[in-house]
Amino acid sequence: MHAPDGFLNAGTAVATGAISAGALGMALRQTREQLGDKQVPLAGIAAAFIFAAQMFNFPVAAGTTGHLLGGALAAVLLGPAMGAVVVAVVVVVQALAFADGGLTALGYNVFNMAIVTAFGGYAIFRLLRRILPRNATGVIGATALAAGLSVVLSATAFSIQWLFGATAPVPFDTVFGSMVGVHLLIGIGEAVLSGMAVGAVLAARPDLVYGARDLDRAALADRPAMGMREFVIAGLLVALLFAVVVSQFAAPDPDGLERVAEDTGFAESAQEHALGGGIFADYATAGIGNETLSLAIAGVVGVVITLAVMTGLFMAVRDRRRAAASGPTGDRTAA
Amino acid sequence: MGAGHAHPLYVHEHSPVHRLAPEVKLAAAFAFVLAVAVTPREAIWAFAIDAATVGLVIRLARLPVRFVAARLAIILPFIAFAFLIPFVASGERIDVLGVSVSQVGLWGTWNIIAKATLGAGVSILLAGTTEVPQLLRGLERLRVPPTLTTIAAFMVRYLELLAAELGRMRTAMTARGYDPRWLWQVRPIAAGAGALFIRSYERGERVHAAMLSRGYSGAMPTIDERVASRREWLAAASAPLTAGIAAAVALAVVA
Amino acid sequence: MSHAAVQISGVRFTYPDGREALCGADLRVEHGQRVALLGPNGAGKTTLALQLNGIHRPDAGDVEIGGLPVTDPNLAEVRRRVGMVFQDADDQLFMPTVREDVAFGPANLGLRGDELASRVTKALEGVGAAELADRAPHHLSGGERRRVALATVLAMRPDVLVLDEPTSGLDPAGRRELIGVLQGLPITQLAITHDLPFALELCERAVIVDGGRVVADGATADLLADEELLHAHRLELPFGLDPRTVPPSRPR
Repeated sequence: MHAPDGFLNAGTAVATGAISAGALGMALRQTREQLGDKQVPLAGIAAAFIFAAQMFNFPVAAGTTGHLLGGALAAVLLGPAMGAVVVAVVVVVQALAFADGGLTALGYNVFNMAIVTAFGGYAIFRLLRRILPRNATGVIGATALAAGLSVVLSATAFSIQWLFGATAPVPFDTVFGSMVGVHLLIGIGEAVLSGMAVGAVLAARPDLVYGARDLDRAALADRPAMGMREFVIAGLLVALLFAVVVSQFAAPDPDGLERVAEDTGFAESAQEHALGGGIFADYATAGIGNETLSLAIAGVVGVVITLAVMTGLFMAVRDRRRAAASGPTGDRTAA
Repeated sequence: MGAGHAHPLYVHEHSPVHRLAPEVKLAAAFAFVLAVAVTPREAIWAFAIDAATVGLVIRLARLPVRFVAARLAIILPFIAFAFLIPFVASGERIDVLGVSVSQVGLWGTWNIIAKATLGAGVSILLAGTTEVPQLLRGLERLRVPPTLTTIAAFMVRYLELLAAELGRMRTAMTARGYDPRWLWQVRPIAAGAGALFIRSYERGERVHAAMLSRGYSGAMPTIDERVASRREWLAAASAPLTAGIAAAVALAVVA
Repeated sequence: MSHAAVQISGVRFTYPDGREALCGADLRVEHGQRVALLGPNGAGKTTLALQLNGIHRPDAGDVEIGGLPVTDPNLAEVRRRVGMVFQDADDQLFMPTVREDVAFGPANLGLRGDELASRVTKALEGVGAAELADRAPHHLSGGERRRVALATVLAMRPDVLVLDEPTSGLDPAGRRELIGVLQGLPITQLAITHDLPFALELCERAVIVDGGRVVADGATADLLADEELLHAHRLELPFGLDPRTVPPSRPR
């Protein structure tokens, strides 16, 4: 996930850099209002927690391991604004002090790994909270699904950026299909780990879970059991279903499609009407079998990501206003 | 990727590169990788000049070659991906060793390998010659909000501590026979992550109390005020300037 | 001077989660006195200590430091007067280097330049840690860490020193060095501790806190000789120690 330099062109790097800086500035102001002079020590140590949590290798299957990414987990535990700040700090320090992820890639790495996962993940979390029961299990389930989907959302965001800033002639739908496919699997691990980690915090210090602050003690104590094995299997099934749907759009065999296009004399015309060729990288759209459909998907997906991130941002602002209106909170000091 | 190590890359040495002010190094590193990023991929000679420049500065910084090479391995997964490109890419096909691959795809592979390697080289150089607190101070002097750099400083301060707590937790689990192989066996690990979060949060509150006890009122006092000299800026500018000129010439030739 | 170094009267405090930690605590400490705060876990010792510099504020009752009430306008001065050494030195040492950490407090008081530098050097020399100035806190040994934590507080020239479990986790040599440093400090000291020999050696007076209030107060040797009292509050002398045979700590 920590993309090195050279994956996307300079223009995309600069543009995502500007967007990330703007979103981060906003998130910093939000946490400042939320925490006052507690902001620095709490966010700093929470960032150390996320960094350490990424070292938590967990088993996936037959002894292979994965590790947590933590964007959605941070957002549920700390709130979307502080979650985004914390993960962004982790990503920036990993690039500067650990040479992990390129310097010119910082813009899109921060955007995909911190902004999208924290704000997008939190928006999904809140939506799911409305559907799921108002108890501890509901919070855990919403966290898990939001965490899993946030990883997919992040992969999708990268695919969209590829559409604008591809540096190699791999069509958008190939990148999209494989990115989403791989990250669906990663997302299952992320979902299980994040959900259960929030469950553990809820059991011991429910007051520390930002995303469950609306629940009272009785609702928090209500935690119908959820089978571990069932959860994983259900997750796998959802992922599979998703993968099948996505692969319908992504061209599994671009050569084959191309030949069909040539045979039917479609190739030349497709080349010529190069839809929106001005803003999209030529590479990313070249050789796509059904360009209109692909770009339509890209458009819809882009809108969904933007909506999710904006919803998360909006919720962060609104939560603050409400908290400010209902008097001082946030003093959760304990011995 | 990104996991498994809590120690920053800094290599203790007394070289001219180590001595440069951090903001100068940061600005030079960013300018250099940006110049590399806009260099057209056909200009192989320009990348050769860039690589020679990075190599020279690494020599000057007395970073062990093996250390640099080992750290470069972090981009290997992406290089592996880059090698897949010619097979899945579109465009005119040519035969290489009897396998049909895309010609533009090969250029794409080269582009990513060249730029990713150069970029990682610069990052390793920066991280290897600058201690983390210095890096953060440099960022601050380059107008990055101090709140962000201070949060980062606290993260670095407590990272090893938390990583050690994590290690003890894992040891305690292993000591009681926990050896998970499947995803549905992760509950103890997730519970550990939850416990670590609670401990971290409570530590954050204790640190806050300790800060208040010593007169903290929301702003960190600035103590070190060394400002980079013009000579430092000039010396550091030579590397990105070289890359910049190479990129400009290459762009002119291609256009 | 009629006012005491520390005056706590009828302090009650309840945590946000509903736990009542202090219910009417009273304590008066004279200038220059060294007092040990004893009591079982969860008795409210640390909570009481955090009242002294306004980290926690009482729900009822008053706290005064050298005659100055702990109120919002006095908070900065109160925090200068009361130096708090926390139980876990890692909580206290949050800056990248020892020097910056020791400078944090005096810099918040407005000191800069040479004045700040000499404050830092003197504080570190005072605890025998001058050579540690440029080290990173997490690379120090337990004993070094504890002494540096003490220096960060001494750099603010406090009138009252509050120590939370100062000897816990130290090896015997580190403990001995710390006792040496503390005995040489001519200021009021309040030490929360489970280390009864430490209390006996350092402090002429001891109080026992239990259930959120002060339940016993007297000369340390007398309290520690009262086996029944100790037992009632989950305290116990180390095997073989008889406080009556130990020469009493000398009040200065």
